[in-house]
Amino acid sequence: MKTAIIQFPGSNCDLDILHVLKNVLKVEAELVWHKDFKDSDFEAAVLPGGFSYGDYLRAGIIAAHSPAMEHVKEMVREGKLVIGICNGFQILVESELLPGALLTNQSMCFICKWVKVRVETDETPFTRHIERKTVLNMPIAHAEGRYVNDPEGIKELHENDQVIFRYVNSRGEISEDSNPNGSMDSIAGICNLERNVLGLMPHPERASEPVLSPFSDSDGLKLLSILRS
Amino acid sequence: MATCKPIPDYPTRGVNDTPNYNIEIIIENKKLARDPEGETIAKELIERRGISTIKGIRSGKYLRFLVEAEKEEEAIRLVEKIASDLRIYNPVVHICNIRVMGEIK
Repeated sequence: MKTAIIQFPGSNCDLDILHVLKNVLKVEAELVWHKDFKDSDFEAAVLPGGFSYGDYLRAGIIAAHSPAMEHVKEMVREGKLVIGICNGFQILVESELLPGALLTNQSMCFICKWVKVRVETDETPFTRHIERKTVLNMPIAHAEGRYVNDPEGIKELHENDQVIFRYVNSRGEISEDSNPNGSMDSIAGICNLERNVLGLMPHPERASEPVLSPFSDSDGLKLLSILRS
Repeated sequence: MATCKPIPDYPTRGVNDTPNYNIEIIIENKKLARDPEGETIAKELIERRGISTIKGIRSGKYLRFLVEAEKEEEAIRLVEKIASDLRIYNPVVHICNIRVMGEIK
């Protein structure tokens, strides 16, 4: 799947995802500066992690107004796949392609550590090859990753099976201790109603080669490999 | 202690002698979204000193727009529209208060 990795001023996980897609998964992927991005040139897009425009006002809000996001919205309308990782998730939320908000972590700290997330549904193009309830090891690295929505919004996410990942403990259970940032319902990743836009705080691209994982696994590939099809 | 007063650090009149208004935007989390910064200030600074009459603190973000407009209402309307159209606040989780600091004298 010809995949664009859209670079915003401040993106810093762009090269990581490019490496994984091109060298590990052999996906046709390329970096595209946000001002040059055209939706018609690609079948999928990744909004990488890092920062965008200093994350001023709110993480992701300024990038959300970038002309590139109009092209991303067109891709979404056409049913193409869009993945937002970390800052990319924040941009998707601020673009209203995904519901809710990502606020400052409950601890007020930047958190960089490996977490466990549970796959809540296999009814998405992103997780269709992963068995429901599978626990994946992936690192997070963010200051604003606390997923918040109003009670109605949270209810709709669950009813529509839009919660894709939740933070869990080593037994695969939801617990307060395993929720690193205070996200409502331990939500780590969600998709849109049409199920072609995924946003997640953990970094699958940093968990795609055993040599980089303290668990010697490559769980991130389970997710990213869908871009190979 | 002196009360904090705004500093008139911008021109008071626009090019056509139109007045300039300082319009303030204050964004804070709705009750549904916890505010760890406000909670920490309340707990670690205030409560620790034994001050019991402060019943809560909410932190927020403050922006001040210098708006050239014929009338105050016009300046407010423009800032309200900008705040909403450009999502200066996220309506799902934020309360946004817009108020006038007043025409700079």
